[in-house]
Amino acid sequence: MAIEVRIPTILRTYTDGAKAVDAQGSTLEELIGDLESRHPGLQARLVDQGALRRFVNVYLNDEDVRFLGGLETPVADGDTVTVLPAVAGGSR
Amino acid sequence: MLTISQELVDKMIAHARADHPDEACGVIAGPEGSDTPVRFVPMENAERSPTFYRFDSMEQLRVWREMDDRDEEPVVIYHSHTSTEAYPSRTDISYASEPNAHYVLVSTREELGEKAEVRSYRIVEGVVTEEEVVIVPV
Repeated sequence: MAIEVRIPTILRTYTDGAKAVDAQGSTLEELIGDLESRHPGLQARLVDQGALRRFVNVYLNDEDVRFLGGLETPVADGDTVTVLPAVAGGSR
Repeated sequence: MLTISQELVDKMIAHARADHPDEACGVIAGPEGSDTPVRFVPMENAERSPTFYRFDSMEQLRVWREMDDRDEEPVVIYHSHTSTEAYPSRTDISYASEPNAHYVLVSTREELGEKAEVRSYRIVEGVVTEEEVVIVPV
């Protein structure tokens, strides 16, 4: 068993085009560390100075991890983690 | 070049006017690889602000999953500027992260009166390229 991580279009250059990859860990932080070991460069696109970047949304199953525990959110086999680019902007 | 139906353009303008003076935002989904916007999906502006917009993260998850299930992608990502021209701001550029999307801006600024300005851009790695908008009559 593993945790499925769904990758958005813009980050698929790090996963050889794969829409989803498997990873392991007991927290989101460990999971991203494990991803980095097989898809170098991915971590820096998700995390900056020990926190999730504001340009990305990360979901554990159906929840935004910002409302769970951020990088410390526990994850377990069978979970699905989805990464989406945040869509935002404005006139200023 | 963005080719889009008059009906979809009218829907974006109507959404922008309805939410004015706050910025309105949404996507128009289309079949993957088709480059054709088909399904209009107005989104909530979680910021409810006249100068900023952000998709509500939970609504975005739902909409992006729905597109995935239907083999669609966000062909158009639109939002309105309610007091400035329809040109991407620095914030728009720093957030732009769908390399295949047409970023459409609708301006509802006062000087335009009854008219709205609709312009389209590609934004890839911080580089903005304006493109022609071809509107197909219904």
